Amino acid sequence: MKTIYLDNAGTTKISERALKAYVETSEEFFGNPSSLHSVGQRAKEILEDAREKIAKCLNAEAREIYFTSGGSESDNQALRSCAEIGKRKGKKHVISTNVEHHAVLHTLEQLKKEGFEIELLPVDGEGLITAEQVKNAIREDTCLVSVMFANNEIGSIMPISEIGAVCREKGVYFHTDAVQAVGHIGIDVKESKIDLLSISAHKFHGPKGIGVLYAKKGIPLTPLIRGGAQENNKRAGTENLPAIVAMQVALQDACGKIGETEKRLKPLRDALVRGLSKIPHSVLNGPREKRLFNNVNFCFEGIEGEGLLLLLNEYGICASSGSACTSGSLDPSHVLLAIGREHEIAHGSLRLSLGEDTTEEDVKTTIEKVGEVVAYLRNMSPVWRDKTNGKQPFIL
Amino acid sequence: MALYSEKVMDHFKNPRNVGVIENADGIGEVGNAKCGDIMKIYLKIENDVIADVKFETFGCGSAIASSSMATEMIKSKRLDEALELTNKAVAEALDGLPAHKMHCSVLAEEAIKSAIEDYYKKNGIKYDQDKFAKTNCRDHEE
Repeated sequence: MKTIYLDNAGTTKISERALKAYVETSEEFFGNPSSLHSVGQRAKEILEDAREKIAKCLNAEAREIYFTSGGSESDNQALRSCAEIGKRKGKKHVISTNVEHHAVLHTLEQLKKEGFEIELLPVDGEGLITAEQVKNAIREDTCLVSVMFANNEIGSIMPISEIGAVCREKGVYFHTDAVQAVGHIGIDVKESKIDLLSISAHKFHGPKGIGVLYAKKGIPLTPLIRGGAQENNKRAGTENLPAIVAMQVALQDACGKIGETEKRLKPLRDALVRGLSKIPHSVLNGPREKRLFNNVNFCFEGIEGEGLLLLLNEYGICASSGSACTSGSLDPSHVLLAIGREHEIAHGSLRLSLGEDTTEEDVKTTIEKVGEVVAYLRNMSPVWRDKTNGKQPFIL
Repeated sequence: MALYSEKVMDHFKNPRNVGVIENADGIGEVGNAKCGDIMKIYLKIENDVIADVKFETFGCGSAIASSSMATEMIKSKRLDEALELTNKAVAEALDGLPAHKMHCSVLAEEAIKSAIEDYYKKNGIKYDQDKFAKTNCRDHEE
């Protein structure tokens, strides 16, 4: 049975080229870039070359690129750094949104415990905020605005350049979690006036466990990990060179063919949306247009998401959900709740994220199987029965 | 699948006793959509024996499997025997549930008790209220 992998927003398979680079770097450049001898210095050259190339992909400067263990670490360091700077200046107001990734939200929660005032701007029914909202929220004592580039669950794309312009004008640091955006949207930190940005390699066919924090020159980062002098004393630890080089290759490849990938995947995504919309009492979560071209997210009334995933898995279809059961918490996805879905509806969600290997056939099969599985689960659901009997009203 | 035992997957993919009983002697419904788990049990009782039992569940794999297994375990049993059913027994019969899914088995136990209580109430039968204490959605984390 063929595996139809539709959880690329969860993680992607490392590309052949990236894997090759990983292996080659491990074999040929194993030195510690901090060592004085030739083996070390050769590794150092490779390291700085990768840094340069990555910087170019973002239109940043090499010295503005810091290597981390991934998106979560980058988010943590970005937020903490701006918070520290703010604290020193007596500015403890932070603005973000209520649909951020937990790496941002939980760090902000921690900052709140430390005395910061966290304001989470509410998104609209499509998962978007406006630059106007940010402008109105900024105060004298605002030290940071953090808004994700594109949402991992519902694919909504925020007006990053507009927000960047507002923040630059008001003199407030602007961080964006761009983990989901890379490879789908072109990123130009200068043009978009972005001060800090997080990316994670395993979302764009790079290896797991490596990411980047971009920080505009002049912004003093707070080291989360202290020790050696690596990353300009901002992140100790011998550099994971094989992963860094593999990430560089993956990033270049991803950024270089955004147009091509979009051309191929957008029609497939749209076909998936059309097909799933035919299932009665269902709804697409997130915007139709300002949306990642590989993201589909639906709620199906009357059923629960984990059951949906388990059954789809039996058919080889790998997807994800925002139900509480799949998150291990008692609440369903905070993103779905933020866009106004009732709890009951949010529990019945399904996220499908297409990838480079997704075919038309895969889409057809998925539409068919989702329809079957939803019908099967509805058939044993008391919630569904009450609605079809007229005892309870339909929500969708 | 690493998350669930084969038994759980079997009861999830091939649940036993799905459906409704028209004019059921006892109906129990527990949980709520907010939590993401609802179980409904229908009982047909003859001479204090559970002649037939059906269930409907809105919930995850564990919830469906727990309801399925629980109904199997009480079918053809006397009411007082069925009341002895514990969530632990259900979980054991399923070869275990992940720790964070144990509450699904608790819900199954409660659904059955709720249906039996409904039967008692409908027929004016006296019963020990303590045996039917319900937990809150957020309480049943074990």
